Amino acid sequence: MADYLPHTAEEVEAMLAFVGVESLEGLYAHVPAAVRLAGGLDLPAGMTEPDVAAVVAGYGAANAARAGELVCFAGAGAYDHEVPPVVRALAGRSEFVTAYTPYQPEVAQGVLQAIFEYQTLVARLSGLPIANASLYDGATALVEALNMAHGATGRSRMLVSSGVHPHWRAVARTFAAGTGHEVVEVPLRDGVTDWSAVDARGVAAVVVAYPNYLGVLEDPAAARALAAAAGGLLVVAGDPVAAGVLRSAGSWGADVFVGEGQPFGTALSFGGPYLGLFACAEAQVRRLPGRIVGETLDTEGRRAYVTTLRAREQDIRREKATSNVCTNQTLMAVTAAVQLGWLGTAGLREVATRCAQGAHYLFDQLAALDGIAPASPAPFLREFALRLRRPAREVVARLAEEGILAGVALDALVGPGDRSIEAPEEVLLVAVTERRTRAEIDHYAAAMEGALQ
Amino acid sequence: MTASPAGRASSAPLMGRDAEPTLFEISVPGRRAYQLRTTDVPTRPLSELVPVAHLAEAPVPIAEVSERDLVAHVTRLSHRQFSVDLGMYPLGSCTMKYNPKFCDAVAADPALASVHPAAPAALTQGWLEILVELEERLCAITGMAAATLQPAAGAAGELTGLLLMRAYHESRGDARRRVIIPDSAHGTNPASVTLGGYEVTTVPSNDRGLVDLEALREVLAPDVAGIMLTNPNTLGLFEEEIEGIAAAVHEVGGLLYYDGANLNAILGVVRPGDMGFDIVHMNLHKTFATPHGGGGPGAGPVAVAPHLVEFLPGPRAVREGEGFAWSTPARSIGRVHGWHGNALVLARALAYIQVHGAEGLTRVAQHAVLNANWLRRRLAAILPAAHDRTCMHECTLRATPLKDAYGVRALDVAKALLEEGFHAPTVYFPLIVDEALMFEPTETESPQTLEALGQAIERIAQRAATDPESLHRAPQTTPVARVDEARAARHLVATADAPRPA
Repeated sequence: MADYLPHTAEEVEAMLAFVGVESLEGLYAHVPAAVRLAGGLDLPAGMTEPDVAAVVAGYGAANAARAGELVCFAGAGAYDHEVPPVVRALAGRSEFVTAYTPYQPEVAQGVLQAIFEYQTLVARLSGLPIANASLYDGATALVEALNMAHGATGRSRMLVSSGVHPHWRAVARTFAAGTGHEVVEVPLRDGVTDWSAVDARGVAAVVVAYPNYLGVLEDPAAARALAAAAGGLLVVAGDPVAAGVLRSAGSWGADVFVGEGQPFGTALSFGGPYLGLFACAEAQVRRLPGRIVGETLDTEGRRAYVTTLRAREQDIRREKATSNVCTNQTLMAVTAAVQLGWLGTAGLREVATRCAQGAHYLFDQLAALDGIAPASPAPFLREFALRLRRPAREVVARLAEEGILAGVALDALVGPGDRSIEAPEEVLLVAVTERRTRAEIDHYAAAMEGALQ
Repeated sequence: MTASPAGRASSAPLMGRDAEPTLFEISVPGRRAYQLRTTDVPTRPLSELVPVAHLAEAPVPIAEVSERDLVAHVTRLSHRQFSVDLGMYPLGSCTMKYNPKFCDAVAADPALASVHPAAPAALTQGWLEILVELEERLCAITGMAAATLQPAAGAAGELTGLLLMRAYHESRGDARRRVIIPDSAHGTNPASVTLGGYEVTTVPSNDRGLVDLEALREVLAPDVAGIMLTNPNTLGLFEEEIEGIAAAVHEVGGLLYYDGANLNAILGVVRPGDMGFDIVHMNLHKTFATPHGGGGPGAGPVAVAPHLVEFLPGPRAVREGEGFAWSTPARSIGRVHGWHGNALVLARALAYIQVHGAEGLTRVAQHAVLNANWLRRRLAAILPAAHDRTCMHECTLRATPLKDAYGVRALDVAKALLEEGFHAPTVYFPLIVDEALMFEPTETESPQTLEALGQAIERIAQRAATDPESLHRAPQTTPVARVDEARAARHLVATADAPRPA
């Protein structure tokens, strides 16, 4: 009989009398009897919080891949970065957690200013002037970028490098069924997009990932040239931690940057909630999806913040809106701003550098083993793909017995017929973050050697 | 009844009315907060690891602050923010009920939060069980056959539902063009229809605030893919002719889509499946009390009737033998999320449902409806209901009498309520009601809090009669006064680096 209702039985009686209804059931008297549920919901009886906690502990215990059991070398768009207690405490403040979308700016300056700071940071990371208040995740941010490109060009053909995360491409294909966009997936050759056979005429967007999902640093200039020649937008899908040391999307000529913001303060969380990063050039600002916070003044001349360019949005434009997004991932955006504030200019750079150092240290050891070859000869920063003598799934299962989550077996990530890589069942994608120690990496290399014997 | 309520926030010590500096303004070169693990990994310069052509010439400027300054800044920001934890948040259609701390603790459990989404199913059985248990419960609550948990919010669920509708019709070689939406619908509905590749046909409401069945019949034709309905609708009224609506839409081969924004009203009383709906989305961040986070994360699972199960997004967690596995339906529309949906939100919702059980959820709905009807009656003398009869979980009221008599509009009432220690209701929605104020008290507010809200409205009405000008200037007690929205839109300043207007 647990619940969170404040009403006493006497209060319920008094309220019913005031309303003029005999009973709680009577409040539904006008609901047609034929559709009413007889006999109540077919659900287990309620439990107290401590009793549910025991059930939840059982779920947790059945997750062998939890921290403390396995040391994480998996990435593929979701990374095990340090999230310090100070960030958890600040981002967990209930004023942020239990607020709604800031419709009443006079009592929402906290969330609005935090989003403004977040937008500033995303813009700086992307090298572009405008960022929005976040989208659901990297995959749906890509979809919004394609919709923006359609709005900007009136065209529907999208050239998407197969170096874009396979799940993001899958999501783009799903939503193209509604928008009618033609999503052309350009194959990779040796881990690098092969634009040579592509006809870019009449394209709305050229999408390239930097680094791509195999960790490879491609040259975005090739994609830029294609987009420029065709008069389409260049969309760069980026890893925001890598953006801490790499040339920015804007410096490569991107019109739109999209990314997965999870690495900034959000735990792995079994894939969500994460947040979609989205930034664009000035020329596209009226086509931005979702919310944007702008700085303004109040009637007494104080600096204040408010959601702005609202005429783009669904609650005003309805079927002509730039997007259907309403709720986004504000709490994750606030978290990202706090995490970046904690890292600061030097910390972000150091995290990205340490990831690269750890990844190369591990790569050098693994590449020297029998039965392993790099899946691509191209340069990488913090993640790399290896071709193994044995099926990658088996190797992941084997190393889990030694306390290591060895990476992501690519055949679990890519769908049948994917043109990003040959024989994906042989390929393991490995990421190293700043949290991995030399001892953990050495243990990994030794375990891998054993697994390939 | 006492009017010393727990839910009124007018005692909150929001100190001072100076602007809070930005993170960038408090930055001092050389300050640091971060501390990283000692790893002993060999340090090599980046220029040895990657070609220099890829490297930025200078670090990205973030900010340079101490941990103490960061804490002070963010804590002060939080003090400039209203929230459910602070006080009553009667924002219609948003279901701002109390978010149990227990559910937060579930989401914070490292055994859930630390799990990588691409870890093999054999190593994530606990998570798969959570997803299966939640899906089964959501289907029991809605009367549907199966569900996808991937959509990250209500609007994502809507678009997923429309793509399911499209896949269903196309699988039958049946190209359809239009989706019908009542004029009282949320804006996400028409926006989603466009993205789903359909055209919107709007059907008017009748003088009872319900879908006009005759008008609906006139627009129904074999090119109609379906109808999107919110029931109870956005006026807070139950669509009493739902059986007739369902029959009429099904008769032309269309599907019924249930927008679950208002599901909180009918838990355990009526199920969308029993009303004839084919597709249902739920807003777990409304009905199942997962916190809104200032505008997300939400979660918008979509449940479907048996004839649509084969089209659901995949992969879905399913029972397999003694354990759990991933499975993608035969004719799946594909993925709608980068991973498995907003998993930690899903875990919170499951815990909420487990605490309440069948009877608890029904009490939730009943008390939500009781509170809304009590408030409707309590405010009737000042803010008459758009439709004066039993409402469901929310009531749509009108400020028209105040406007006609004193020039005080719904917006003024909303802003004055902020001064009274309450969040404002939803204003000017639904669009079809003049000077609309939509109140959704939710079941977790006490009668004392509702009475205090009633007295606050009475004081505002008094001010309207004696000093209407003061209401146009409200609020005066909040961190900022009314903001210049036109200026923000005219000169977009979306980052700290943007040029400021002269």
